[in-house]
Amino acid sequence: MAEKTVQEINEKIKDGSVNVVTADKMTEIVREIGPKKAAKEVDVVTTGTFGAMCSSGVFLNFGHADPPIKMQKIWLNDVEAYAGVAAVDAYIGATQLSETRGFDYGGGHVIEDLVERKTLELKATAYGTDCYPRKYIETNITLDDINQAIMLNPRNGYQRYNVATNSSDRVLYTYMGTLLPDHGNATFSGAGELSPLYNDPDFETIGIGSRIFLCGAQGYIVGEGTQHESVNNLATVMVSGNLKKMSAEFLKAAIFYKYGTSLYVGLGIPIPVLNENVAKKTGISDADIVTNVFDYSVARRARPVLRKVSYAELKSGKIEINGKEVITSPLSSFQTAKEIATTLQDWIKDGKFFLSQPVERLPTGVTFKPMKQTKETSFVRDVMLKDIATIEGNISIKDAAKVITKGQFTHLPVVSKGGVLAGIVTAWDISKAVALGKYEEIENVMTRKVITANANDLVDSAARKLEKYNISALPVIDEKKKVIGLIRSDDLTRLIAKEVKR
Amino acid sequence: MKVLLKFTQQMNDEPHIANVILETGTRLNIVRATADNKGGEVLVDVPSERYRLVAKAFKSRGVNVHALEHPVVLDEEACVKCGACISVCPVNVFRFEKDWGIALDENKCVQCGICVTACPLSALDLSI
Repeated sequence: MAEKTVQEINEKIKDGSVNVVTADKMTEIVREIGPKKAAKEVDVVTTGTFGAMCSSGVFLNFGHADPPIKMQKIWLNDVEAYAGVAAVDAYIGATQLSETRGFDYGGGHVIEDLVERKTLELKATAYGTDCYPRKYIETNITLDDINQAIMLNPRNGYQRYNVATNSSDRVLYTYMGTLLPDHGNATFSGAGELSPLYNDPDFETIGIGSRIFLCGAQGYIVGEGTQHESVNNLATVMVSGNLKKMSAEFLKAAIFYKYGTSLYVGLGIPIPVLNENVAKKTGISDADIVTNVFDYSVARRARPVLRKVSYAELKSGKIEINGKEVITSPLSSFQTAKEIATTLQDWIKDGKFFLSQPVERLPTGVTFKPMKQTKETSFVRDVMLKDIATIEGNISIKDAAKVITKGQFTHLPVVSKGGVLAGIVTAWDISKAVALGKYEEIENVMTRKVITANANDLVDSAARKLEKYNISALPVIDEKKKVIGLIRSDDLTRLIAKEVKR
Repeated sequence: MKVLLKFTQQMNDEPHIANVILETGTRLNIVRATADNKGGEVLVDVPSERYRLVAKAFKSRGVNVHALEHPVVLDEEACVKCGACISVCPVNVFRFEKDWGIALDENKCVQCGICVTACPLSALDLSI
């Protein structure tokens, strides 16, 4: 088998004789002349993808203030950046939400604003040390004012992705966009035949140190991405690049309604056509790439696969699910993916971009494990006492005492006419009132500011409240503030005892 | 063309739309109607050549008339041509062009607004 080396291809780039084609064009070439001839004719295949990649972010170094500060908490336009790395370093992640603007602005927007050279407000707090005495700083910065801004995305470029649909009777707002009820639509992501990792699925050319297109600049592959699952064609890459050289055209903040913020990342990987085998793989077409349709209304990790579908079908605009014709929407941009592949092609043709020989290939045979959960999750609704007595505020202390002794309750929620929580009295409150010779209505001795729990809270959160407020029971209320139960520390103690036994 | 009619609460007693249809002899297509304690809004489809006649008839009854030239507006700068809008639209306003750009048939728009929130780039807006 005729072989080429990366070095030989770089020589061709230097003398301008290199033949570069985009991955969709290569599909046609391989179909027409076969992989053997294609390997001789084509030197490099360029790929591209432009989609929402939540696992993205940027390391920043702000330089030192005078007097200096060891930043403990950092906010950029009210979006918190991780500060647990040295005094003036931080990591801003794409999905972190603004503390003042919520879903409307997040880390993705901070990154886009930096690239657009907008002015950002930097705030930081600190505890103060002998070497870093300052405890607070507030200043305005732009990308040009800071030392480094290095994009480091833990997981980009999913080889393929799931198709999402919704069998329930309500609209779902997900990271896969708006999903209409009763399989009203289906959304998908990924670039199909332009997908960087699908053009070299066995990582014969891609690896640590591969030079790539990243958001309009030259970047590098750091290694396998998080959740890399090469065995199921769900490979990912961790990538890095200099934010200062990136272009806002290939980096866009996004908002997924009622889900959160993200970042559209432009990624393109050049595949050196080293031999016939590589050529054959770059000949992959949309029809060859198959992915799974999942029902996102199932709120569990393992969602049912409704069917398998190819990218060719998805790109046709509709697919069939359970006998129904369903309209599809991509969430990543095919037009921009193509533009990325074409831009990378131009860079190589013009001698501005040289290929690099990876120092190590990406690992194959890797699976993605689910989280190890050591504790069964219990909810308040599973543990709460449902058969409880409540009283109204206008009854007497004496009558309340009767209810307590009759039912052996220690806590009595006080409710208004409609069952809405108004306060709480304990056996202790009653004893105290009697000891003080007060024989008034309950309203005058009850606690009005009641700490409560919801039926869907985790038991852990109820336990934290009991401990924090040093109390022994919480009324459980529904969304209309009606009392539906009581959760007592005794019940939690029993639950823990059971878990320890198991 | 799409026309947005705004009624005040006091107008609710009279069947204004029916009266205008009868008076002008124009077949209006009601595409969306909402009402609350401040009054009501009705979006109607009016044949373009009858617009002036119909608008006059509504205005004479005190109804606020807005002709919507662009019921939905796409910010081309912000749009990345992903196509998230295509499958959520109940009346197929959006479709892909051959080069995977986005084409809009705004005349179909009923201003339901679902595309506005579904667009990850906040590139869509309804005009009022």
